[in-house]
Amino acid sequence: MRKIEAVIRVEKLEEVTDALEKFGCPGMMVTHIEGHGRQKGITEQFRGREFKVNFIPKIKIEIVVKDVDTDKIIQLIMSTVKTGEIGDGKIFIYPIENIVRIRTGEKGEVAV
Amino acid sequence: MGKRLGKWFISMKTAMLAVIIGLLVYLAVPFSAFAADPSGAETLAHNPQSPVDYVWVLVCGFLVFFMQAGFAMVEAGFCRAKNATNLMAKNTIDFVVASLVFMAFGFALMMGNDYKGLIGTSGWFLHGANYDVGKYLMFFWQLVFAGTAATIVSGAVAERLKFKAYFLYSLAVTAIVYPIYGHWVWGGGWLSKLPFGVGHVDFAGSGVVHTIGGFVGLAGAIVLGPRFGKFGKDGKPRAIPGHSIVLAALGTFILWFGWFGFNPGSTFSAHQLRIAVIAVNTNLAAAAGAAVAILLVFLKTKKWDVGMMLNGCLAGLVAVTAPCAWIEAWAAVVIGSIAGLLVVLSVYFWENIGVDDPVGAVSVHAVNGFWGLISVGLFADGTYGLGTTEGPLVKGLFYGGGLGQLIAQAIGAVVCVAWAFGLGLIIFKVMDKCFGVRVLPHEEIKGLDIGEHGTPAYPNFYTFNN
Repeated sequence: MRKIEAVIRVEKLEEVTDALEKFGCPGMMVTHIEGHGRQKGITEQFRGREFKVNFIPKIKIEIVVKDVDTDKIIQLIMSTVKTGEIGDGKIFIYPIENIVRIRTGEKGEVAV
Repeated sequence: MGKRLGKWFISMKTAMLAVIIGLLVYLAVPFSAFAADPSGAETLAHNPQSPVDYVWVLVCGFLVFFMQAGFAMVEAGFCRAKNATNLMAKNTIDFVVASLVFMAFGFALMMGNDYKGLIGTSGWFLHGANYDVGKYLMFFWQLVFAGTAATIVSGAVAERLKFKAYFLYSLAVTAIVYPIYGHWVWGGGWLSKLPFGVGHVDFAGSGVVHTIGGFVGLAGAIVLGPRFGKFGKDGKPRAIPGHSIVLAALGTFILWFGWFGFNPGSTFSAHQLRIAVIAVNTNLAAAAGAAVAILLVFLKTKKWDVGMMLNGCLAGLVAVTAPCAWIEAWAAVVIGSIAGLLVVLSVYFWENIGVDDPVGAVSVHAVNGFWGLISVGLFADGTYGLGTTEGPLVKGLFYGGGLGQLIAQAIGAVVCVAWAFGLGLIIFKVMDKCFGVRVLPHEEIKGLDIGEHGTPAYPNFYTFNN
């Protein structure tokens, strides 16, 4: 089992949600976050004076999937959210030790 | 110490009691000997055409009152969400205080019987001979203007001035600063009788309202010092973006709309058909100011800066307020354009010398109020007089009026600055010595809404600050 944590553009959330649902992804967690990567924020302007905004609004998606689905889902997310411009985001993959479905007490891959 | 304080309180109480009893006696004595007309019947019989004038002045007065909402929205939009409750409180309390104080003292000082060209001396508490429909009409008109002058200041001192200090400041401005200068210009005082041109003139209050408010605001901003984070460790000014350009734009539209009462209503009569000229000039100056401001900033930063366009629009309106009745359309465009230029330069100027004016109130009202007064001496075209079509007509330098009017305007403008800035400094300094006008540092950083009022403006939202 793997957790896929993808930081993506805010405007891509709907598209990626649709794609994941079509694939049959069991569930997802979404967090509104702020942050920056190598581009180091952007410049904004207020009443004639420019200022630096260090953190840009982003969306973080977390999905826990079976090992066999991992690569397919990563490919799916990449093909959906990629624009080729700076700020497309990153995907982090973690191993998951175990999962427990609280309602039934099921453990492991059946609980995904 | 305690005993002395106790005695002091007792003597204060006795004094207050004496004042209240005196007041009751004063208010209880009927002044039937004066020709006051509280019902309006006599006024109507004497002048059957008066209803249209009354309705005109009152409706315009209601529009000017609505400018309070405009100021509240502009200031809230240009400041951070953590201080929005405080701004609403200040923008309300100044009109609350103005209404009561102006009824008691301000109106009498401003429009009462003239004493040596310095102050008015009758009409306290709108009592006696002032219980009259005509006087009440004039009171309402002058009150909404006093409220406007007072509310300008809240923008310049935003995000760090104690509510208590603002409360007391409102008292001082509407009881003394505004009415006495107002008397000099509009109440038959010495500035209106200067031996140059037709005397110092200010049609709807570039000076009386905006320069006064703007320079008192500048004094407040200087005494307070800049907000935390306005200047970097290197001393360079930094932008502190406001929390809603939407509110700032709404506020600007409300002010723009309100100005169609502010300027045309200042004829004080619907029979002065010049109101059409005034309305057009008012609008043109606003448009010219906005256009020049946004273009100038675009040349500098290559971005279409909405905040500065809104300030430019207001700058044009402030500038045209004094000359609006005495100029033609092209002059309104020129006056508004120069206002747009001045407001941009002024915003950078005050920041560069270390003055923090969060919403640009000083640049909009102080600087362009001054420019508006001067512009009368240049562009007045000699087609209209002092609220009447009859002479003396107001004529400036560019229309062959010579330097006379310009000199009268310059004297009035300089006096206005000295009066407002001087008294403003005294008011804020005295308060600062007595109890400190600035909120505590941790309160400022958390926002004034919680510390001063206990009420966040947006309780169900997470408002985050850089």
